[in-house]
Amino acid sequence: MRSPSREGVDVKETIIFTLNGQPVRLEAEPDRKLLWVLRTDLELTGTKYGCGEGFCGSCTVLVDGLPVRSCLATLDFVQGKDVTTIEGLAAGGELHPLQREFFERGAYQCGYCTPGMIMNAHGLLQENPHPTREEIVQGMENNLCRCSAYKRIVEAIEAYAGAEGGDHV
Amino acid sequence: MSEAKAIDRRDFVKVLGGGILVTVNLGPLTLFNSTAEPAYQGRGYPEDINAYLHIAEDGKVTLYSGKIEMGQGVMTSLCQMAAEDLGVSLDAMHIVMGDTDTCPWDMGTFGSLTTRMFGPAVRAAAAKARLILTDLAAERLGVSRDALSVADGVVYVTRDKARSVTYGALARGQAITHEVDEEAVLRAVKDFSVMGQSPLRMDGVEKVTGAAQYAGDIRLPGMLYARVLRPPAHGASLTRVDTSGAEAIPEVTVVNQEGLVAVLAADPETAERALEAIQAEFDEPAPAVDTESIFQHLVDSSPEPNTPEREGDLEAGRRASARTFDHTYFNSYVAHAPIEPHTAVAEIKDGKATVWSSTQGPFSQQGSIARAIGFEPGNVRVLTPYVGGGFGGKVGGSQVVEAARLAQITGRPVQVAWTRAEEFFYDTFRPAATIRVLSGMDEDGKLTLWDYQVYGAGARGSDVFYDVPNKSVRVYGEWGRAPAGMHPFGVGAWRAPAANSNRFAAEQQIDIMAAAAGRDPLEFRLENTTDPRMLGVLKTIKDASGWQSKAAPARNGSGRGLACGIDAETYVALVAEVTVDSSTGNVTVDRVVCAQDMGVVVNPDGARMQMEGCIAMGLGYVFSEEIRFEGGKILDKNFGTYQLARFSQMPEIETVFVPNDDLPPKGGGEPAIINMGAVVANAIFDATGARLYRLPMTPERVLEAIS
Repeated sequence: MRSPSREGVDVKETIIFTLNGQPVRLEAEPDRKLLWVLRTDLELTGTKYGCGEGFCGSCTVLVDGLPVRSCLATLDFVQGKDVTTIEGLAAGGELHPLQREFFERGAYQCGYCTPGMIMNAHGLLQENPHPTREEIVQGMENNLCRCSAYKRIVEAIEAYAGAEGGDHV
Repeated sequence: MSEAKAIDRRDFVKVLGGGILVTVNLGPLTLFNSTAEPAYQGRGYPEDINAYLHIAEDGKVTLYSGKIEMGQGVMTSLCQMAAEDLGVSLDAMHIVMGDTDTCPWDMGTFGSLTTRMFGPAVRAAAAKARLILTDLAAERLGVSRDALSVADGVVYVTRDKARSVTYGALARGQAITHEVDEEAVLRAVKDFSVMGQSPLRMDGVEKVTGAAQYAGDIRLPGMLYARVLRPPAHGASLTRVDTSGAEAIPEVTVVNQEGLVAVLAADPETAERALEAIQAEFDEPAPAVDTESIFQHLVDSSPEPNTPEREGDLEAGRRASARTFDHTYFNSYVAHAPIEPHTAVAEIKDGKATVWSSTQGPFSQQGSIARAIGFEPGNVRVLTPYVGGGFGGKVGGSQVVEAARLAQITGRPVQVAWTRAEEFFYDTFRPAATIRVLSGMDEDGKLTLWDYQVYGAGARGSDVFYDVPNKSVRVYGEWGRAPAGMHPFGVGAWRAPAANSNRFAAEQQIDIMAAAAGRDPLEFRLENTTDPRMLGVLKTIKDASGWQSKAAPARNGSGRGLACGIDAETYVALVAEVTVDSSTGNVTVDRVVCAQDMGVVVNPDGARMQMEGCIAMGLGYVFSEEIRFEGGKILDKNFGTYQLARFSQMPEIETVFVPNDDLPPKGGGEPAIINMGAVVANAIFDATGARLYRLPMTPERVLEAIS
C-alpha cells in the first residue's frame, strides 16, 4: 500500500473514515500518519507517541476492530474503515468495563501507555473473548510500560474477560 | 519569610476568591536531610519545605504542591495526608501540582522525598487548618475549642451534634493567611480514617479514558511543532549547515540562531520533512571509549574518592580474616526511557512566558528558561501536567529552553517533543560503574573486613549495615559531580541512583562469602547484622517466601536468591526464584517476594504498586538494558535494540509490609528496585553454581558464566 511521495508537490486526497462512530472527511496527503492526524487535525490527544516505529504500542487504536499502531498506519490505510480510539471507549460518561478494571485494579501508573494498553487489550478480547493468561501475555507482549504495571494489566484483562463473558463489542 | 513573600500570599488569597489559606514552613530541608543533593542547593531559592492549603468559601479544599505526579501516586497520597489531619473526606480534596505561579517552591520530585519530607509539611498545614477552623467555630458556636470535634469537614459540639458548622461556612467572608508556627497535633495512627487506606487513585479515571493531559497534549492556537537539528554524537560540532531545502517547503519556519537550528511547522510531520531537508556537516571527535572499555576508563579517569564510611583498620582486618574475597563488578549505562519523551509547549505573551513541561523539577526549569530568554523568573510560569514517567530522567531537560527560545524567536506558541532517538541521545543515563570489593571473614563466618571501592556510580546504597569492625567505603566520582571526561555523555539520577550498582556488588559479595563459609545465605546475613530493622525484613522475607535453609547451591537449573538493602530510609529484602536454561542462557524469574519496612504506610495499595513496578522494571536492567556506544555516539536509538522488561518476563510478585507504625512514612518509589541485580544473580548462582559479575546478565553472559 504505497502512497504517493511527499517530495515535491503535496498530493491531497479525500479521506473518509469512521472515527469513534462519527464520519470523518479530510482533505489530506494519504501518506500522513494516523497518529499525527488524530493528535493534530482531529484534536484527539489520548493516543500517544512513544517510539514512532511500532515498538512500544502507546499509539494503538482499533481499525475495523483490530489493534493497529497508529504511528505506522497511514491515512490511505484507514480509508473507508472504522477507527476507534481511547476516547471512543467510554459511552455516555460511563467507563467501559475494561477501563473500569484498569482503574479499579491500579493497572496503570504514569498513565502514558495506558490508552494503548487498553486499546490493544480491547482488540485482543474481541478476537478471543476468553483468553488464557498465556494468550493475554502473548497478545500484549509488544506493548511497553516503563512503570511496569504489567502484573495488574494482566489481572485487569483477566478480570474483564472473566466477568464479561462472550461479547466484548 | 520575607515581607514581600507575605504580601504575595495575601494577593494569592484574593486570587483564590477568599477563604482560608494555611501555609507551613518546616524550615530548611537540610535540617531534615543532610544528604540532599548539593546541586539543588545554593541557588538563591528559599530552601524550605512549604505547603499551602486553601479552604474555599464553598468548602472545597485545595492542596498546592510543587511536587509533580509521574505515576508514583502522590497526587492521591498527599491528599490522603491532608484529608486525614484536616478532618475531611478524600472526596473534598483537590490538588494543584507543579505550577510555579500558585504552588510553593519545591526543589523537585526525586529521591523518594515526597512522602517522607513534603508529607510532614502537608500534615502540619492540615492540622493547623483544623485548629484555625475549630477556633472560628468555637467563636461562632460560643463554646471553647475543647468542646468541639471535627468530622468530614463539619465542626460540631461533641456533646450536642446538632450544633455544628461546616468548613465552608466558616471560610465564608474570610481572607486569612496563616503560617504554621506552633506544633499542631497530628492524628495518631490508631485514629486514621483516610491514611492507611487504599482509595482509588484520583488520577485514574482521566488516565484510563485518555483525558489525562501530558505536556504534548497542550494545544494552543497558532502553535508550531518544532524539530531541532541534532549532532550525530556528543562532543560533535556543527561545521556547515544548509537550510535552503527546508526553507523551500511551504509554511515552514527555519531558525538558525546561536547554535539552535530548528524547523517549525503547523504539524509534526511537515516539521520532520523539513528537518530531513537540512544538510549539515559535523566534526566528530574520535571515540575514546566504548561499551566494553568503559569499565577500565572509569577507574583510570576517576577523581580522588569521598569516604563516606571508615572504621577500624583495613590491614588489621586482613590479618583477622581466615579467608578474603576480591571481586570486581560491572554495571553498564542504562536509559530512563520513560514512554513519554521530554516535551514542552511554550507561549510568550505580554512579557510573560508560560511553559507546559514534562518535568520532575518545574522550579529549576523556571530558572533555566528565565536565563535563556532573558526574563525575570517571576515572569516565567512553568506548569506541569501529568508526567509520563520520569525515574530521575526528567529532573532536567533542555526541551523547555528550546521551546521557550523558539517561542521567543518566532512569536508563536511552540511545542518541542523529543523523538525516541532524541530521548535516547539526550538522556542523562544511569552511570556505568566498576566496583571492587575486598572482604574477609573469620573461621566462624563473621565479617572482619570490608574494603569497598566504587567508580562512576556514587555513594547511595553503599552503606554497610553488616557488622564489620574494619571497613572502608571509597566513592570515586559521584553521579552528579563526575569530572569532565569520566563519562562520555551526560549521566544523572536513575531510580535510586547508584544504589542499583552498589547493591549488585555488595549483596553478591555477601552471598559469595556465605557460600564459602558453607552457610545458608539468609542465616549468614542474620548472623552478621544487628540492625533491628534489617533483622525485621530478613525474618519477614524468610517466612513470606518459604525460605528453606540450604548451605550449598542446588545446581539443578532452579534456584532462589536473597538480597537486602536500605534506600530512602526504607529497609527492603527480596527473594527471587529462577529457572536457568543451560542450553540458551535464558533465565526465567518465576517468583519474587519483597518485604519492606517503610514506617507508616500512607496508602498500602499505592505502596504495593511501587514495589511491583520496581521489581518488574528492574528485570530490564537485570537482563537486557545496556546503552551501547562508541565515544559520544549512542548506538541505541529505539526499543528495537534497547529492550525494556516485557509482559512475558513477569514473575509472580508478592509484597509484604513489615509493620512499623512508630516510624513516620519513609520512601516507597525506589527501595524495591535496588536489589534486583543481586537477588537474580544470587538465584542464578543457586541454580548453576556460576557467578555473574556484570549487568545486564544477557543470555550470552549467562552461557559464558555457566560453561
